[in-house]
Amino acid sequence: MLYAILCYDSEDVVESWTPEQDAAVIAKLDVVTGKLAREGRLGPVVRLMPTTTATTLRKGKETIIVDGPFAETKEQLLGFFIVDCASLEHAIATAKDLGQASSTSGSYEIRPLRLLRPEAPRA
Amino acid sequence: MSAVAWIDVAVRGARPQAMGALLRHFRDLDLAEEAFQEACLRALKSWPKNGPPRDTVAWLVFVGRNAALDGVRRRRKERELPGEVALSDLSDAEGPLAEQIDDADYRDDLLRLLFMCCHPELPATQQIALALRIVCGLTVPEIARAFLVTDVAMEQRITRAKNRVAAEQIPFEAPGARERAERLAAVAAVLYLLFNEGYSATGGSAYVRAPLCDEAIRLARILLRLFPAEPEMLGLAALMLLQHSRSRARLDAQGAIVLLEDQDRGLWDRDRIAEGLALLDKALRHAAPGPYQVQAAIAALHARAARFEDTDWAEIEQLYAALERLQPSPVISLNRAVAVAKLRGPAAALAMLDSLAKDLPGYFYFFGVRGALLVDLGRPDDAHEAFDRALALAKSPAEAAHIRMQIDRLMRSKDAAK
Repeated sequence: MLYAILCYDSEDVVESWTPEQDAAVIAKLDVVTGKLAREGRLGPVVRLMPTTTATTLRKGKETIIVDGPFAETKEQLLGFFIVDCASLEHAIATAKDLGQASSTSGSYEIRPLRLLRPEAPRA
Repeated sequence: MSAVAWIDVAVRGARPQAMGALLRHFRDLDLAEEAFQEACLRALKSWPKNGPPRDTVAWLVFVGRNAALDGVRRRRKERELPGEVALSDLSDAEGPLAEQIDDADYRDDLLRLLFMCCHPELPATQQIALALRIVCGLTVPEIARAFLVTDVAMEQRITRAKNRVAAEQIPFEAPGARERAERLAAVAAVLYLLFNEGYSATGGSAYVRAPLCDEAIRLARILLRLFPAEPEMLGLAALMLLQHSRSRARLDAQGAIVLLEDQDRGLWDRDRIAEGLALLDKALRHAAPGPYQVQAAIAALHARAARFEDTDWAEIEQLYAALERLQPSPVISLNRAVAVAKLRGPAAALAMLDSLAKDLPGYFYFFGVRGALLVDLGRPDDAHEAFDRALALAKSPAEAAHIRMQIDRLMRSKDAAK
């Protein structure tokens, strides 16, 4: 089963990192994701641009376009990993590994997923 | 990151908003700062033990407020301090508190704090120094280094600015729509000033001043999250990101200026460009143009050109013309002349410069541009004269070195022609 491990964290904190701190954070996570990739379990790893770049479309008879993310929360959805895991326990163990390599105090939300259209865009 | 480093980053991230809320509470900058310091000390003690709070800002505001009140009570000898435990155990209090201080409050709190620092009575350098100290939490030596002055001089500058601000009556109730817009505009101007302090640095100072650009962008992002639909804030953030994306390419290893046409575009920061373009796209949807958006649109055209030859000068000229209408200034006209030179040749641009000469008598770039146009027109003696004027007006060693290079090149081609 594929799982999305969604990273929620304080954007103010993440944006206070110096480029060196940011690189160190990524390097630590790379150790874990590198292992997952070698096991053939890793899908796309995504860092979302800051929520300031987000636009929200509210559906309805007349759609409304709103500047900003869907929800104003204390922690923001900053990115996600797609990982193949045998079970929820396995997914939790994987998220724990990522959590230990992570440098912040936020949360990971673990959500099983189904790929409706797996192909990647030709970016 | 070590625990202390992690706490440091978390506190830094929360500082602008926490200071804003504490300022509203105490209505006094010194007291607010003292309260914030105290809250940080307690965070260092409590967080490694109890884990970090879910809402850093609310925790710091709550603890800071109580700690400062303790201080006042202690001074007044009114009653005993509550125990340390009662203050640091916030697990129950935190939830409702976070709801109390909602984003609407933070918005106006932070804006008020920034607006205080950018008081129009203060000279620009004091505005920036005060914002860096109070809002960003940079230390006095850090700020002093960025401004190339001694710690003592910077300390005095900040104290003077603080006293000046303290004497002003800035209303603490929530501002009206018009007032809010005015404050936002004043704050945006100071953020851009702060950015330019970092951006215009060259040589040895470039390294120490680059963090000023990062701070300006960080504050712009925070403001943007609180005011997500302000086209000019979007434009300003986009402008700073797009300009800053070139920072690695615009100076060489010796700190000398590398002109846009000579920059290695592979060194441009693609992440900053992508974010800047995304923000500009959002701004333009509002169809409410303003000077920051137009400048960001110009920067975006440079960012989108894979090579200097691919630059869309026609569009850039149009945008400078739009900027001239929004914000008439001879400096903007000078920039439009540069675009005109690329589009219609140096003679047309030189004619524009002639009409600007009386408005820009002491402007370094005017004579630099004039010299370059005269070189292209095959008038080396006049070019030399213009470059000499520029040299006399150079404000930094890097500017002077750049002009000397132009003169050397001119002399060599003159010799070769003989």
